[in-house]
Amino acid sequence: MSEELKAAVAAGVVGSEETFRSLLQSVVEVARAIFGAQASSIFLLDEENDELVFEAIAGPGADTLIGQRFPSSTGIAGWVLVTRQPLVIENVTEDPRFAKGFAETTGYVPKGLMAVPLLHEERVLGVLEVLDRPQRSQFSLVEMDLLGLFANQAAIALDLLRRARRAEAVLAASGDGADVLARLATTVEGLDDEQRAAGLRLLGAVEEVLKRDEGG
Amino acid sequence: MAQPDPNQEQAPLQELRPAWSLPAGAGAEISLPVEWPGEVTREWAWGGSTGKGVRVCILDSGVDADHPLVGEVQDSVAVSLGENDEAIIAPDTEGDLCGHGTACAGIVRSLAPDCDLTSVRVLGAGFTGSGDILLAGLRWAVEQGFDVVNMSLSTTKRQFAGILHELTDRAYFRRTVLVASAHNMPVESYPWRFSSVISVGSHEEPDPLTFFYNPDPPVEFFARGVDVEVAWTGGARIRCTGNSFATPHMTALCALVLGKHADLTPFQLKSVLYLTSSNVGGGR
Repeated sequence: MSEELKAAVAAGVVGSEETFRSLLQSVVEVARAIFGAQASSIFLLDEENDELVFEAIAGPGADTLIGQRFPSSTGIAGWVLVTRQPLVIENVTEDPRFAKGFAETTGYVPKGLMAVPLLHEERVLGVLEVLDRPQRSQFSLVEMDLLGLFANQAAIALDLLRRARRAEAVLAASGDGADVLARLATTVEGLDDEQRAAGLRLLGAVEEVLKRDEGG
Repeated sequence: MAQPDPNQEQAPLQELRPAWSLPAGAGAEISLPVEWPGEVTREWAWGGSTGKGVRVCILDSGVDADHPLVGEVQDSVAVSLGENDEAIIAPDTEGDLCGHGTACAGIVRSLAPDCDLTSVRVLGAGFTGSGDILLAGLRWAVEQGFDVVNMSLSTTKRQFAGILHELTDRAYFRRTVLVASAHNMPVESYPWRFSSVISVGSHEEPDPLTFFYNPDPPVEFFARGVDVEVAWTGGARIRCTGNSFATPHMTALCALVLGKHADLTPFQLKSVLYLTSSNVGGGR
């Protein structure tokens, strides 16, 4: 990869994970609000480890569950992932095995859930779940369609996040510090005018010192 | 139900038609064992049938055979991949790992109480390799000559489309009826899009015997799939929505019809379903 290309890639990638995470968070928050649900979450499939990972949560568990993992092909999320079929379930707690497993993972036992696969082109990237809609709000196929629309949005955000992480990993592995420089550039870019001017003066001074060392 | 070997059965006739054609005067040799009435009604199609003698396979997450809504399960196997990615079919010692397979089995049992049920578990061995496991499970089910296979699942991977297509065609010619869930979302997935299977989407009516023929495929039939009370693991009953619950309703109807008319080919069976669907002749 040429230096110019590397710099361009780095500039595009660094800091984007945070943006894409915000997008995912926004999807689960809107899904939770639209369905009047108690919680909503997005799981990312980690193919390397064959696990599902909590990537975004609105509602209970938002502070503690991000990053938690569980096997990719068991439970309801696992079924949805492997079969690529959405599922809506009410009165989940009537299944003691399910309740136990879920409670151990999350500390929160839902009474009902909607789960939909996150599909991007021919790949399945994860699962979106919406937990505990209002009791006895009748479920219809219109809501299933709505769930599918959210799933499309979430799948795009998840795909962007995966790409950003992969690109960052490549840059970090290249070992020449391009990721550090790009991160620095992104940080300076995000400052207000006064701070940015001061930051640029400081970086200019650092550059002078480095050049002097190089020459001496 | 004894599965006819299509090769053996057709051998004498094949000798007469080397190019898969019908020579002059040989029409009488193609006799249809089923007497078709002038009008195909539900009473003719499955009146009095309990699905007895029909072998139904549930290709899913396993089946909880202890659930009272499921009843006896004749056989349960699990599919996994060996060290060299070869398919391993072994007795299933873990049961249902999700609840979905039990739900499907319970729906089939509720409508076709005397059919034989076999569970083929194709889930639980991890996401990686799940496409190969699905294929291996379906291949095994076709080789076993089940009368009906319930597939409330699909794959979006194009690499599997060709081989799945071949398998569904093989099933069709061997008189194994595949009943497959259509996708709830506008994505390309398989095998429900293939015309050799019976593809099923959901309607919102509460009657389990209400089903509609769709004149605008690829989805061919709509069956009950909203707010369905189903069996679940741990002896539970829960309410579920999705095409994957509509599918076992059609599977059960296939079992009922085949319980009464065992010699129907998949084409004939699909024709019966068309003629008896609620928007065609189902009221009669």
